[in-house]
Amino acid sequence: MRNFNAFTLAREALRGHKGWGKQWRSPEPKKSYDVIIIGAGGHGLGTAYYLAKEHGITNVAVLEKGWLGGGNTGRNTTIIRSNYLYDESAGLYDHSVKLWETLSEELNYNVMFSQRGVMMLAHNVHDVQSAQRHIHANRLNGVDNEWLTPQQAKDYCPPLSISKSARYPVMGAALQRRGGVARHDAVAWGFARQASAMGVDIIQNCEVISIDRAPSGEVTGVQTTKGPIGAKKVGVVAAGHTSVLMEMAGVRMPLESYPLQALVSEPVKPVFPCVVMSNAVHAYISQSDKGELVIGAGTDSYLSYSQTGSMHILQHTLDAIIELYPMFSRMKMLRTWGGIVDVTPDRSPILAKTPVPNLYVNCGWGTGGFKATPGSANVFAHTIARDEPHKINAGFTLERFRTGRLIDEAAAAAVAH
Amino acid sequence: MLLIHCPYCDETLPEPEFAYAGEAHIDRPADPQQLSDEEWRDFLFIRTNAKGPHYERWRHINGCARFFNAVRDTVSDKFLTTYKAGEARPDLAKLLEGQK
Amino acid sequence: MSAYRVESHGRIKHHQPVSFTFDGETVEGREGDTVASALLANGKHLMGRSFKYHRPRGAIAAGSEEPNALIGTTRSEGRFEPNTRATVQEIYPGLKTESQNSYPSLKYDIGAINDRLYMLFSAGFYYKTFMWPRSFWDKVYEPFIRRAAGLGVSPTVEDPDHYASRYLHCDILIVGAGPAGIAAALAAGKSGAKVLLADEGAEMGGSVLSEPGVNIDGCSAWNWLEARLDELRGMENVTLMTRTTAIGYYHQNMVGLCQKLTDHLTTLPEGAPRERLWRIRANQVILTQGALEKPLVFHENDRPGVMLAGSAQTYLNRYGVLVGRRPVVVTSHDSAWYAAFDLADAGAEVQAIVDLRDKVQSELSDEATKRGIRVLTSHTVTGTSGRLRIKSIRINPLRGSKAGRAETVNCDALLMSGGWTPSLHLFSHTKGTLRWEDDTKAYLPDQKAEACHIAGAGRGLWGIGKALTDGGEAGVAAATAAGFTTIAEAYPVENDREGTGISLRELPTDRSPGKAKAFIDFQNDVTAKDIRLAVSEGMHSIEHVKRYTTNGMATDQGKMSNMNGLNIAADALGKPQTEVGLTTFRPPYTPTTFGAFAGYHKGSHFEVTRKTPIDDWAEENGAAFEPVALWRRAWYFPKPGEDLHAAVARECRATRESLGIFDASTLGKIEVSGPDAVEFMNRMYTNPWTKLGVSRCRYGLLLGEDGYILDDGVIGRLSDDKFHVTTTTGGAARVLNMMEDYLQTEWPDLKVWLTSTTEQWATIALNGPNARNLLEPFVEGQDMSDEAFPHMSVSQCTVAGFPARLFRISFTGELGFEVNVPARYGRALWENLWEAGQQYDVCPYGTETMHVLRAEKGFIIVGQDTDGTVTPDDAGMSWAVGKKKTDFVGMRSLSRPDIAAPGRKQLVGLLTRDSKTVLDEGAQIVADPKQPKPMKMLGHVTSSYWSETLGRSVALAVVQGGRDRMGDSLYVPMPGKDVEVEVTGTVFYDPENARLKL
Repeated sequence: MRNFNAFTLAREALRGHKGWGKQWRSPEPKKSYDVIIIGAGGHGLGTAYYLAKEHGITNVAVLEKGWLGGGNTGRNTTIIRSNYLYDESAGLYDHSVKLWETLSEELNYNVMFSQRGVMMLAHNVHDVQSAQRHIHANRLNGVDNEWLTPQQAKDYCPPLSISKSARYPVMGAALQRRGGVARHDAVAWGFARQASAMGVDIIQNCEVISIDRAPSGEVTGVQTTKGPIGAKKVGVVAAGHTSVLMEMAGVRMPLESYPLQALVSEPVKPVFPCVVMSNAVHAYISQSDKGELVIGAGTDSYLSYSQTGSMHILQHTLDAIIELYPMFSRMKMLRTWGGIVDVTPDRSPILAKTPVPNLYVNCGWGTGGFKATPGSANVFAHTIARDEPHKINAGFTLERFRTGRLIDEAAAAAVAH
Repeated sequence: MLLIHCPYCDETLPEPEFAYAGEAHIDRPADPQQLSDEEWRDFLFIRTNAKGPHYERWRHINGCARFFNAVRDTVSDKFLTTYKAGEARPDLAKLLEGQK
Repeated sequence: MSAYRVESHGRIKHHQPVSFTFDGETVEGREGDTVASALLANGKHLMGRSFKYHRPRGAIAAGSEEPNALIGTTRSEGRFEPNTRATVQEIYPGLKTESQNSYPSLKYDIGAINDRLYMLFSAGFYYKTFMWPRSFWDKVYEPFIRRAAGLGVSPTVEDPDHYASRYLHCDILIVGAGPAGIAAALAAGKSGAKVLLADEGAEMGGSVLSEPGVNIDGCSAWNWLEARLDELRGMENVTLMTRTTAIGYYHQNMVGLCQKLTDHLTTLPEGAPRERLWRIRANQVILTQGALEKPLVFHENDRPGVMLAGSAQTYLNRYGVLVGRRPVVVTSHDSAWYAAFDLADAGAEVQAIVDLRDKVQSELSDEATKRGIRVLTSHTVTGTSGRLRIKSIRINPLRGSKAGRAETVNCDALLMSGGWTPSLHLFSHTKGTLRWEDDTKAYLPDQKAEACHIAGAGRGLWGIGKALTDGGEAGVAAATAAGFTTIAEAYPVENDREGTGISLRELPTDRSPGKAKAFIDFQNDVTAKDIRLAVSEGMHSIEHVKRYTTNGMATDQGKMSNMNGLNIAADALGKPQTEVGLTTFRPPYTPTTFGAFAGYHKGSHFEVTRKTPIDDWAEENGAAFEPVALWRRAWYFPKPGEDLHAAVARECRATRESLGIFDASTLGKIEVSGPDAVEFMNRMYTNPWTKLGVSRCRYGLLLGEDGYILDDGVIGRLSDDKFHVTTTTGGAARVLNMMEDYLQTEWPDLKVWLTSTTEQWATIALNGPNARNLLEPFVEGQDMSDEAFPHMSVSQCTVAGFPARLFRISFTGELGFEVNVPARYGRALWENLWEAGQQYDVCPYGTETMHVLRAEKGFIIVGQDTDGTVTPDDAGMSWAVGKKKTDFVGMRSLSRPDIAAPGRKQLVGLLTRDSKTVLDEGAQIVADPKQPKPMKMLGHVTSSYWSETLGRSVALAVVQGGRDRMGDSLYVPMPGKDVEVEVTGTVFYDPENARLKL
């Protein structure tokens, strides 16, 4: 594998870029593997990478029904932050942010993690209380998050309107300066390249049709469109399709899959310096390095695997964007797209062993999985390798839905009085 | 924006008149106290999340306000049928036949 | 007179000059010109700079697919738009336009240095570098990349225009008013069906506008067009819309159209919207969007003056512009020959027609020869020269796939055609599938997912005759499917220009292909070798190729580039196109303003604001408001010079000492009635209701099925079969929905009716020792004595002459009443009470004082002191749970292991050791403030206020095992100091409830 750096780039430029080689191999599947990961998104590829890198397990296959990084990894608005309320969440997401900070060097692949700050707007007294609660909890958890007055928020993000007469006036904002965005495709490609170099087989266009179990119950392999493949352990990391796959192993999941849409504007010169989120009006916006305004919408209300969404959802999002940033009214929407997000009852992920021996599941990230990519992959690899969770993901069990120990970030933030 | 047929109003109307209300045919147990924790979890949280025909509930919230059931293909988002609350699950094979 | 204007040609008004500016220079055009056609008429091809290499670029197309000629347009202050297509923007006097992405000027752009370094800036180069040193990414590399990227600049001020939106239902929507669309509209229109025909152009006709030499039905094409459009305009059931782009095709035949209303007008009509977004729901949709011409891919195919042949034909025939006087035509398709003939006939000296094919129809070469045009079949083009405009091209003979010795031919324009791609974007939005057809070398529609029909060039039929026939048939098919009857006309066509061609990868060259700048995506500067590099690096899916190279991601969304990219990627992979796949087309078809999407929903119309009947009074009396759910509520009533704290302290004092008046109208109200009402209440709420007497009230607690507190409120029993339920302000709709859900679907056997009465009643709360003194004289029909009307009573009586539901309840701990009167009497009652209350110094108070007073009494606010994870026991409200009940919503969840486990967070009171310190709401609580981070947090402060009554601060909090920590010291670590607190009970004021019993 060629190292990526300015020197090799210059050398290759001189010789017509003939010497780069493939970023990952495209092998045919072997008969069996120590671990099969189902789903070659960022989380799945990252899991394979950390299995090889940190646990020495390289006889690994990542099976992907489409093309790697083609699911939610390549369809999200790339927001990265860790200012979550509960200890479990803050621990998991901050673990991830710390990995993001060195990921480009670690993977020798520029994932363009840009810590330009993530600002979350408060529009009413309840939002302010909720933001303050987050800030105080984050501070004691060692996670940065600070309160900005409306004027400070505007100074940080000049396009923001802080007009007091707005329907949803800005009453302040919580800012995590370490938050930011990254280049989504690069994360999948960077993990794929390094995992492949360490011996992991990434097998695209290979759909899992069923999951094999021994009479004694444990998982023994999978049937795929490329034939049967044996496995000592199987990790399901399939986002919106998790329910479908787990059903193959006889496990019914507390998940529902919803359409989530996003859009970009035509590219313009730098105008929007940070990431701003407003949960109250469902509008999330940043500007990509290419110059496009990247805007996230809320989910459609109904379950769907269609990867499309309704026009009225986008309309509502753009209503909110113009309300908060009136100067963008004459900007033009360039492209919209949809993803499928799998949502748990408490909106927190499941990163855990399952009732089926040797079967592990990483799912339920809802609208916020991208930010967790390296952290999730890292602790999921640990869970598979050791057959027990890392202390960081110990709380994100399937069991919690039976016992009631939910990690309900949404409930903690919602419900106006 | 979907078009949805309300079986009570017998009219096909746009989605903003309706609210999605989750998977259908999950009956609240007659005596929850008799249920194990596992059974109660299943009732509360476990969902089919079907890829393909899905039995689901909608409410004609901005119309007659009635809850009703539907079968919708979650891949195409097309409704196969809608029917009144309390009616039995329609036979899927027949519905799919009817689509052809 | 410009050398490039041809007065004899075009549909523009040659006698009507129009001036506008481009980069500050005045340009003269004609009415009907676009910015591009006017610039071309003045011999100006250079209109912009590309994204990455800053290469000089001119218009390559004549329509909305244009990737190069993007400009900023300004009408007046605030009316600036970036990235407008010069090929679409119509000119009007006073229009100001500017080029983009160049510094210091379009002609001398410093960014063009990138072009010299193009080998460095290969596909995905940024993934391979800028990683060291790490700190440079945020501070050096990224700012550099960001400044270099982007095209135009964002608007900077609020948009003075407004935007409209409409719904429309029709039987048949036809997208695209070319020959196929018009024929479809004629057939469908005659059936009587309600038809809408929309076209993105300023005028209808599509390819007919560029083909004046064709005869249809015995008359010239343009006369035919005028007559048939007149006929359509005359049909009452047919609507025609120009400048209207179908941007997206959504579920069940909903199509979004964006209609541009003013961007072409000289003066803006007063109050006219700039654009209107239509949401069309059509029974049947006919897509007649035609086809887009493909560029050829060769070295330096992007120089200004290089243009699609069909577009050159359009500039001539629609706008009376010769894009060059000495053009060369390079093609792999017959259609470019016709363009050459038209230009030659208009006076251009066509230098040569270069065709990549071995053979062409003899009629074509004969026609060329007749015009004295040199014909070079089996030739390729391998380069161009000219700094800001093409000067010459290299032409090489082809032997098989090898290019022979080059010949240089001078020219001032190069017209190219790589064949045509059916425009199936909208069809793809529906998830309709495509199939590759080798004959036409194009993807054609296959399986439909919606009730739609595709006709004409959209399904690979070239020529006006075929389009007319096919369109007519589609019109009949759609009308029939929509339940109408009609027949298609026959359209005899003469001089039609059908034609065939082949589809190619990058053209053969005699030079190193590795160094060729053979552009595919012009705007994003993606070259053929970028595609091949991506494939060689393992990007084997077309989606990977697209994302790695950014091919097809420019503002034309791949209209120019997708098929060439696919052909080359397929070749590099050694696979047929069909196995490589196609990237997905996503809405919108062309970029669409945010303003059009938002439409009317801005400012105060962004979302409704609910106001109570007493809201006006509050506003007149200086209230500060706060938004609560969709309501605005009076927050506090400051007197001159008072801030929030001063006003609240005064309001609290006044209420506790004498009398406060509060508008509680936003409280949710639901009437539960029917023979089974009490059973229903027993099942829904945690409390027992059977024994609650008529005219008595009870505090009700509602859980979700997960066992957590969802809502609360006081509930009065009006009769055996009728309850007046109150809910939280924000929870009203949710609670009613939940009740309806259970009633309709779980317990349909219960005879109960639910009615939302939130807006039926205005609710005025009177609290304080003088509450009864004020109210009593107004009340008829109810003995107000403590014995006859004790705390937690309800009565239906008359107050100030208005029919009322009178509650004796208190959310403040003082003697309290809540008077509900029909909403229309709300303000009158308020003013009656206000006037009479002057003798008691009645004080209006807002939500903040309400919060303080209730916190002093330890009453919770659902959503503030609870957060969706709090059970009744956690909140210290086990008393509200019926001990003998065997079931209610959420009961089963309360015995789940972790809900029943000890050590849960429990609601307690907190008193700061320093009584003057007011804790932050949301502040976290620890046992040991000196521990390292991450700290073990025990809970958080849910409510915290300065209590004027008690002369100290008070707080409520949830704390792990809190009820076992009474009297303990805990700490709230704040930046710079740790605040010590004592854990207490939740009731700080009048724990004996003596003041309720006055």
